Amino acid sequence: MSNEAKPVILPEKKTPVPRLGLTAKQLIPRLQLADNLFNLIGLLSTSIGILTMVILLGALLWNGAPYLTWNFLISFPSTTPENAGIIVGLVGSLCVMLVTVVTAVPLGVAAAIYLEEYANKNWLTTIIELNISNLAGVPSIVYGLMAASLIVYQLGIGETIATGGITLGLLVLPVIIVATREALRTVPRSIREAAFAMGATKWQVIHKHLLPYSAGGIATGVIIAMSRAIGETAPLVVVGVVGFLLKLPASPVSSQFPFVNFKWLTVRYSVLPYQMFDWVQEPDDVYQHKAAAAGLVLIAMTLALNASAMYIRYRVRKNIHW
Amino acid sequence: MNAPASPIPEGNLPAVEAELKAVRIRNRIGPSEVHVRAVIKNLNFFYGSKQALQNVNLQIVDRGVTAFIGPSGCGKSTLLRCFNRMHDFYPGNRYDGEILLYPDRTNVLSPETNPVAMRLRTGMVFQKPNPFPKSIFENVAYGLRLRGIKDKDYLHNRVEQTLRDAALWDEVADRLHRKATELSGGQQQRLCFARALANDPEILLLDEPTSALDPIATARIEEMVLQLKEKITILMVTHNMEQAARVSDVTAFMYLGELIEAAPTEEIFERPKKDLTEKYLTGRFG
Repeated sequence: MSNEAKPVILPEKKTPVPRLGLTAKQLIPRLQLADNLFNLIGLLSTSIGILTMVILLGALLWNGAPYLTWNFLISFPSTTPENAGIIVGLVGSLCVMLVTVVTAVPLGVAAAIYLEEYANKNWLTTIIELNISNLAGVPSIVYGLMAASLIVYQLGIGETIATGGITLGLLVLPVIIVATREALRTVPRSIREAAFAMGATKWQVIHKHLLPYSAGGIATGVIIAMSRAIGETAPLVVVGVVGFLLKLPASPVSSQFPFVNFKWLTVRYSVLPYQMFDWVQEPDDVYQHKAAAAGLVLIAMTLALNASAMYIRYRVRKNIHW
Repeated sequence: MNAPASPIPEGNLPAVEAELKAVRIRNRIGPSEVHVRAVIKNLNFFYGSKQALQNVNLQIVDRGVTAFIGPSGCGKSTLLRCFNRMHDFYPGNRYDGEILLYPDRTNVLSPETNPVAMRLRTGMVFQKPNPFPKSIFENVAYGLRLRGIKDKDYLHNRVEQTLRDAALWDEVADRLHRKATELSGGQQQRLCFARALANDPEILLLDEPTSALDPIATARIEEMVLQLKEKITILMVTHNMEQAARVSDVTAFMYLGELIEAAPTEEIFERPKKDLTEKYLTGRFG
């Protein structure tokens, strides 16, 4: 260390320059890269979903299509795998769906109208609303257990088509309520006010305006609920669906007075998805193919339901402008 | 059309009725006999805890246009919507005071009064045209059908008559069964007038009926209002002072929920009594 005094050289003082971002030339390729990357990720995610479906459908077709004959559709189940058919499951599914629609639609639509139009907004209705949304997420087997104890044993209705239909009806009730409320909410306030200002009562507004204008939305909700119900198996297992049944329910129409009968409601039943499940458990290979064929029928039914929902929505949207 | 309303004095009200009579006699325009169709007495209105109308008192003259002017949020639409109890549909709203309909002096706001019965006596046209997504015919026939009228000839005659009153007949005569929503904005609004008029209302409530329309459509509506006022009592909310000057007999100026001044339109525009009114009319605030 020298003691010589050295001139102190101060570092050159720089005025602070604001930090520049990237120039457009640098920036754009980076953004482009991020964009492309996300594009790729999205494409991959989508194709995984689609691919799964294609493989699933392909496998079903491969296994089941050769067995999907007219005879298969109209035959009873059989201990000889070659003769087994799905008529009992098919008719059972349709009967159960009918009961489901008849119980769930009026209840669901009425409940939605009440909640949306009549109920005062207070803590009680808020709790009810929250619980209805929650009910849609309750595992279906829980509904089955509830129905088994309440409908089968307490009410003594037994393990019948009526029980199955009501069980599924309760299961899809929240779906219908939520869909109906959504549909009612799409009717603009200005239309309600116009009707009320003309001197319409609440009920007149509901049945002359709200219901007709939201019919498309309600129908879509109902159909989506049905396509969920038609594939349900778990809750029905608990309320006594059978896989091997050799008897069709009695026809609901008869040639004698009073021309309708409700005996069909009180018999035991099978449904398509359970029929599939029953066959899958069989060791015989032919049964496996038959199960695939039944799956194809079930998928066709679901697709048809969804397609009709889309069609109804399209028709109604085309017809109503505000 | 309607039974003439009888003038019954209502205490400490601004004597709009007498003033209008004086103006009409002076100008020799319009019927010099001026009656009262409705009276607003000590009206307060609350949206929840927010008071939107403060002690409003006013006479509504029969067969004339009463225009409500004032800056946004002054309570003019709120006041109009009290007449057919449109506030009933939203929770937390509260009325206090009276709106008496003449000649029977029914209090519209009384809890004993059935709001539906009151709405059947009034017609309303809203800011935005809001025809029902039904046919033109069904829109006009709507109020008649609500009243249970099914006679086809009667319905058809009435629909035609009302569409003529609303100056729409010539444009829609050949497509009565097409959707109302296919019409233009101005036509839709005239259809809304027709829908309200078909019921033969005692009072027609117009809530800024031309604010969504172009000048030509606006002129047609104003012309129609001028013709209608010979037969019917009209209350009109407008943010357009020229419009109030053109079509109304009485103008009421409102500010922050209070009725500042109400007088025959000619008087209020030429000789406003209140300072605030003059400032608003000359565009010094608003």
